[in-house]
Amino acid sequence: MDTLQVLMEWSPWLLQGTIYTLGLVLLSLALGLAFGLPMALGQVYGSRPARYCIGAYVWFFRGLPVLVLLFLFYFGIFPSLNLDIPVFFIGVVVLGLRGAAYQAEIFRGAIQSIPDGQMLAARSLGMSQWQAIGSVILPQALLIALPGWSNEYPEVLTETSVCYAIGVLELLTRASQIVAETYIAMPIYVSVAILYILLNYAGMQALHGLERRVMVPGFAQVTS
Amino acid sequence: MHTKGDIILRVEGLSKSFGSLQVLRDISFTVRKGETKCFIGPSGTGKSTLLRCINQLTVPDSGRVFLFDQEVTNAGPRINELRQRMGMVFQNFNLFDHLTARKNVEIALLRVKRMEASAAREKAGFELRRVGLEDKADQYPAQLSGGQAQRVSIARALAMDPDVMLFDEPTSALDPELTGEVLEVIKGLARDGMTMLIVTHEMGFALSVADEILFMENGQIAERGTPEELMTNPGFDRTRRFIGRIRDFTRAPGEG
Repeated sequence: MDTLQVLMEWSPWLLQGTIYTLGLVLLSLALGLAFGLPMALGQVYGSRPARYCIGAYVWFFRGLPVLVLLFLFYFGIFPSLNLDIPVFFIGVVVLGLRGAAYQAEIFRGAIQSIPDGQMLAARSLGMSQWQAIGSVILPQALLIALPGWSNEYPEVLTETSVCYAIGVLELLTRASQIVAETYIAMPIYVSVAILYILLNYAGMQALHGLERRVMVPGFAQVTS
Repeated sequence: MHTKGDIILRVEGLSKSFGSLQVLRDISFTVRKGETKCFIGPSGTGKSTLLRCINQLTVPDSGRVFLFDQEVTNAGPRINELRQRMGMVFQNFNLFDHLTARKNVEIALLRVKRMEASAAREKAGFELRRVGLEDKADQYPAQLSGGQAQRVSIARALAMDPDVMLFDEPTSALDPELTGEVLEVIKGLARDGMTMLIVTHEMGFALSVADEILFMENGQIAERGTPEELMTNPGFDRTRRFIGRIRDFTRAPGEG
């Protein structure tokens, strides 16, 4: 019964960690979207220098291990800028900027998969290039990208655990603190695993729900 | 036959090459209000490129296009305003796949003409009725047959109230039994006095709807004349031979 008591006692601490983890996921996905979508448009429609810069960005952020990026920002970039921001936000920035590189590639592929005829038809009606992108290309690209984009959620969710390394008080950090305090390891880590799975399940349900809501005939349908 | 109205479109010396391949060589013609011109000829002779050079979806290497007295070539940003007045219908329909038939017709009215939502809806309803598809207004392109999709795309172009309609092989992507419904709509437009340039391989249709037929070969207008002239006068051998070949080719086995 000792174990159960310990779990009960520490459960608020773990739940707070869950909220931190969820916050890391949602904020870094949002940051990734805010940067990734414009980068994808730049990759497809931008000038040569713009495409080159975006390509370099994607190459950099996809080419380094998350942990290395995290240390670079934690020990290097933020201190050198004299920015004293909470480690939580360092985690959000690193996961978000890295996610932006992946999301840019997802959206670029979706945009490029749209037949040229869609742009031609839009332009033939008198739309400017940006009107055509906004009214015709982007809405279709988002529908095409959604199933692939949904992969980013479990990807980033599991990635958040590296924030342990810089002491963000997310799920894994708090769990290891409890273990250090109580010397009970397995039940704690099993609880952590269950919480990750629940977060994953809830997020995927929400994304599938979104897919069902927005999909139209002719675009990929959710199976199940 | 040329008892139509004023000249509204003028094409002067259009040329276009793709790499070393010259697809258009010094093409010139004028189009009067209410006139229907059909462009026929072998594949790869530049008919579709010609239409696209008229509304600048393809930029010609040289030559000029005028809509009334406004130059369409070298128009700069004004091209968006000029394109609204030249409706285009594509071989592959190019309906916006994420929008219902009604929204396909509405979207440029809303975004380009900045119409009120209610006015745009009314206009879309009117144009869909005109092509006989008001009952399909809420269907998505994936739910329409090819013939229906092409009629929606005609409605989409008509909704902008264009001065001239450009049809780029409007029935070439359709199953044979679906071409009739599209051709009927186009014939209706001709009767209503719409000015039209039509690239087509449907010879019977071209002969019945055109005020003038332009036979293109190797990027040039090889022969041109009214359907009557082409079929009766001497001196139109190439056109007649071409029409004969197409007819032999498309006639169903056993039909004669």
